[in-house]
Amino acid sequence: MSPKTLYDKIWDAHVAHEAEDGTCLLYIDRHLVHEVTSPQAFEGLRMAGRMVHAPDKTIAVPDHNVPTTLDRANAATMTEDSRIQVDALDKNAKDFGIHYYPVSDIRQGIVHIVGPEQGWTLPGMTVVCGDSHTATHGAFGALAHGIGTSEVEHVLATQTLIQRKGKNMKVEVTGKLAPGVTAKDITLSVIGKTGTAGGTGYVIEYCGEAIRDLSMEGRMTVCNMAIEGGARAGLIAPDDKTFAYCKGRPHAPKGAQWEAAEAWWKTLYSDDDAHWDKVITIKGEDIAPVVTWGTSPEDVLPITANVPSADDFEGGKVGAAQRSLDYMGLTPGTPLTEIEIDTVFIGSCTNGRIEDLRAAAEILKGKKVKVKRAMIVPGSGLVRAQAEEEGLADIFREAGFEWRLAGCSMCLAMNPDQLSEGERCASTSNRNFEGRQGYKGRTHLVSPGMAAAAAITGKLTDVREMM
Amino acid sequence: MDKFETLTGIAAPMPLVNIDTDMIIPKQFLKTIKRSGLGVNLFDEMRFDREGNENPDFVLNKDAYRDAEILVAGENFGCGSSREHAPWAIKDFGIRCVISTSFADIFYNNCFKNGILPVALPVQAVDVLMKDAEKGANARMTVDLDAQTVTTSDGEVFSFEVDAFKKHCLMEGLDDIGLTMAKADSIKSFETQAAQARPWV
Repeated sequence: MSPKTLYDKIWDAHVAHEAEDGTCLLYIDRHLVHEVTSPQAFEGLRMAGRMVHAPDKTIAVPDHNVPTTLDRANAATMTEDSRIQVDALDKNAKDFGIHYYPVSDIRQGIVHIVGPEQGWTLPGMTVVCGDSHTATHGAFGALAHGIGTSEVEHVLATQTLIQRKGKNMKVEVTGKLAPGVTAKDITLSVIGKTGTAGGTGYVIEYCGEAIRDLSMEGRMTVCNMAIEGGARAGLIAPDDKTFAYCKGRPHAPKGAQWEAAEAWWKTLYSDDDAHWDKVITIKGEDIAPVVTWGTSPEDVLPITANVPSADDFEGGKVGAAQRSLDYMGLTPGTPLTEIEIDTVFIGSCTNGRIEDLRAAAEILKGKKVKVKRAMIVPGSGLVRAQAEEEGLADIFREAGFEWRLAGCSMCLAMNPDQLSEGERCASTSNRNFEGRQGYKGRTHLVSPGMAAAAAITGKLTDVREMM
Repeated sequence: MDKFETLTGIAAPMPLVNIDTDMIIPKQFLKTIKRSGLGVNLFDEMRFDREGNENPDFVLNKDAYRDAEILVAGENFGCGSSREHAPWAIKDFGIRCVISTSFADIFYNNCFKNGILPVALPVQAVDVLMKDAEKGANARMTVDLDAQTVTTSDGEVFSFEVDAFKKHCLMEGLDDIGLTMAKADSIKSFETQAAQARPWV
């Protein structure tokens, strides 16, 4: 047999039909659904008189629109249009008989945090969701990617997706990370190197010692932002850490089925002589805590650098850089550590897991915030409960952070958690696009530790100075 | 789905790289449960100020381009969020074809599900088309999907590549789901085999 990559192996195990021209029907093992990109898909099913093909493989949870304030049980906290979407999901979940975690359920949270937490996401699976950050689930060695609403409808109706195979890209991060450097810094640094279109048409497999050393939470952070590098999916080969994370989760296999599953999962790695269409290597030791300065996730610099000038770039990027600098209100040559911050947001499917909250708490312990507004939004009700139990929540509250309920919140600001015009935010989320966190809001993407450090000093800060 | 065969129309130039789907349709307009009606909010934060007044500098607010049916844009068009509201808004505005050097994967796929043709061409070709688009309303381009060509107002022709299956579906206006359901036997037999091989799924 010819050598295969991990992606090749998962792909081959899921082709339900292949046409002569190479167009495939890829079978989908898990379909995750949220309230914003699904209503039109369910409506399409109703209009055509179609059913959900595999309701037992379909899991829904509202996350994008839901308020994260403590009073959200009061219906008045949600705007009318948001409520219509959440109500539609309630109804669709019930009508079509799919698994559902409503707002009132402690297991509710961001769909990409709930999936792994509940054991829906397992190695070797194909996972899709009408959300680009579905790439997160690749941390388990699952082929996971975002789809549009028409594709959501297609998967609901047929449990398959029309696909052509992508190319294989290997991103190797060698060696050890320095203290204060995290999974977020890895993934941003990779995007800084490849650009936001560098992964277009590829599935990325992240490997190397620095990736192996990461916890499952860290691996999810890395894969989550594969899409910001243009790749629909990012993968990390499953190992003992993966199996240990999955074992005992509510929807993970048990007993003899677990044994059989684990035996297969252990075959899921890229063969030594597999073919790669593109290879990127980064030394872990060379990665610093980073921050974005512009309005594209590729606008990444070490925290020790200065704001660049448009002249530092070439081609179409010159105009884009100038537009970013104007939008962000930054002067070239300014040290990044002199940029004053109004707001700090810690949360999202990128950095809303327990390990992220621990990293923030470590910096915040015994300190007070200096920024106008600081908010921590756990990725799920269970993450919130665990943080309460570990005493992290007390640290956050004492430091002056708002300690919220679970949801997407200010990552995309579809609910009331938004930046105002000109407000500058150090955010652990994944996109710094114009208007992403609120009209004319200014976003600097950072790790949880960096966000916590900025909260304390009121400026972008090198977290290593606070450790 | 609407068919796409040939289109001759006004092309609007947007020489900006990395135009993301948040720019194309900001999140406040995602709170709809319909596919239609998003055209008025296409590029909302670039097109209008907070009071809803038009920004006169924005290309689609210029008289020459109000009826544009083609968009010529910088590289990596449609990056970011998977929201299909982006192609819905583009289509609802009246644009049926987007030309760029490259597209983000999810957006590219979403276009074909909505009767929009995304055309990827080398940078030299896009530069020529951008200049042609800058001439305004009298310069009309022609996009021919069957021939896989874009022709400038001066008659210069550029050929583009497109996946044969996607082309077929777009030209015929075919419903993907119907096509896949015709392969129900293949799906069924895959499920039987997978249930034995990986019963835990």
